[in-house]
Amino acid sequence: MDKLALQKTANEVRKGIVTAVHAAKAGHPGGSLSAADIFTYLYFEEMNIDPQNPKDPDRDRFVLSKGHTAPGLYATLAQRGYFPVEDLVTLRKLGSYLQGHPDMKHIPGVDMSSGSLGQGVSAAVGMALAGKMDQKDYRVYTLLGDGEIEEGQVWEASMFAGHRKLDNLVVIVDNNGLQIDGKVSDVCSPYPIDEKFKAFNFHVINVDAHDFDALKAAFDEARATKGMPTAIIAHSIKGKGVSFMENQVSWHGTAPNDEQYAVAMADLEKVGEALCQK
Amino acid sequence: MSEVKKIATRESYGNALVEMGKIYDNLVVLDADLAAATKTGIFKKAFPERHIDCGIAECNMVGIAAGLATAGKIPFVSSFAMFAAGRAYEQVRNSVAYPKLNVKIGATHAGISVGEDGASHQCLEDLALMRAIPGMVVMNPSDDVEAKAAVKAAIEHEGPVYIRFGRLATPVINDRPDYKFELGKGVVLKEGKDVTIVATGLCVAEALAAAEKLAADGIDAEVINIHTIKPLDEELIIASAKKTGKVVTVEEHSVIGGLGSAVCDCLSEKCPTMVKKIGMYDIFGESGAATALIKKYGLDADGIYAKTVEFVK
Repeated sequence: MDKLALQKTANEVRKGIVTAVHAAKAGHPGGSLSAADIFTYLYFEEMNIDPQNPKDPDRDRFVLSKGHTAPGLYATLAQRGYFPVEDLVTLRKLGSYLQGHPDMKHIPGVDMSSGSLGQGVSAAVGMALAGKMDQKDYRVYTLLGDGEIEEGQVWEASMFAGHRKLDNLVVIVDNNGLQIDGKVSDVCSPYPIDEKFKAFNFHVINVDAHDFDALKAAFDEARATKGMPTAIIAHSIKGKGVSFMENQVSWHGTAPNDEQYAVAMADLEKVGEALCQK
Repeated sequence: MSEVKKIATRESYGNALVEMGKIYDNLVVLDADLAAATKTGIFKKAFPERHIDCGIAECNMVGIAAGLATAGKIPFVSSFAMFAAGRAYEQVRNSVAYPKLNVKIGATHAGISVGEDGASHQCLEDLALMRAIPGMVVMNPSDDVEAKAAVKAAIEHEGPVYIRFGRLATPVINDRPDYKFELGKGVVLKEGKDVTIVATGLCVAEALAAAEKLAADGIDAEVINIHTIKPLDEELIIASAKKTGKVVTVEEHSVIGGLGSAVCDCLSEKCPTMVKKIGMYDIFGESGAATALIKKYGLDADGIYAKTVEFVK
């Protein structure tokens, strides 16, 4: 998929996120929007996956360790054809398979249930280890929040991954700088994030999370890196793409009302139209 | 009477893993720097490439096991009960049980029989914690024979399983040709009509000895070995309670949430019966020799005998 197509797809993913969270009247739009380009790049360009065969043992795996941004994952999976885009409005509703946090038992394309922060990365490490033990060449990707890495388990998992030289593992940190209680740098600073992963024997790449050329270069570099896992520190804007949500901590876990929803969708329609002029 | 053979069930665990490892090439064993104590070191020697030492990081170990299970492995996660069920409780709940992954938790050094290490390492709450998790199978074998059978049954059961093993060498009581292990089925070891003693783990041998002493007093006790706490063999317990009208439960665990509670949950709803729970009464353990601690807290034959006599009179 070329850059323009990726941009258009990411814009559709953002519409899906806003639509799902608005319909649910709850959920986490900020961190879903900051990661929308990463989700899009992974599912439309980087990963070896087949929506028709979501359990293929040789597929690449993705674990959303920052599970609260399920709307971002779901919108991407729907766009990719794992389930109907129309189902996104059932998010968080009683009886829907689209649970508030990823549920691998019921959602096609979800490789691991997650939501309790710090846990997904360990499961991703286990998947990568299984790949090595079975001499399979699938790759494993996991996305963490920059607030999430305050969890000690992240570093237990990182120590193990570095020790075992799991070069089939890519840990991506969505570094949007905000967590529920404020700036990550104010709450309990995880910085310097890159130096920490380096110290845990990772190859580390810093990247602009909203630049598809840069994302391509980063994931290509990760693929070419042998003998150690890669950590991609993706510098992002929380709420990216929706004017009033950008860099606002209040949009971490709040749903837009009808009026705000209309403004958000208008923002995204405008971006979509501009992309169509290119 | 000849000296009874004694084996710690953690030893049985290590040996069973090797036997099962020969059959299942997707069986992998994880440990957190306790391979010598949990006895997974025996497996490591036989299958070094399938033994994964995660270092002292139990939460991560459980998560790695979950990831391995998604890729078709049968992981056995090993640590002391305190850390497997206690420290990593939420990982067991959210990364293993909620997605219903095929992870087996082999928890050694459970209960007060840990001995000298003291209260910090004597987990008396693991059965309660594990029982409360939806879909979790919880086993607590009574001896070497049963511990090995439990490992095999855990593999044959698709889904999360918790098995509790002990540090202390305990009598082998199930070494008989017709021994059969059925997950979720209790075993009547001695029939009786005056009182039912339901025991689990190392307390089963003590309950049998207590029944002998009770018989000398003319009290005919039925002894039931519950190796599977969940799912509980309710049918067997109800039938026995109906027959004897009085039930004693014995466990090396808190009386809150373990075998005693499971039995009471069942009987209070389906066959109201007086129950006397023998176990740890809302207290931590302490350092000391395992056998001395078992005696001090009334979990040995003498203690069970005394409490049962008082209960039935």
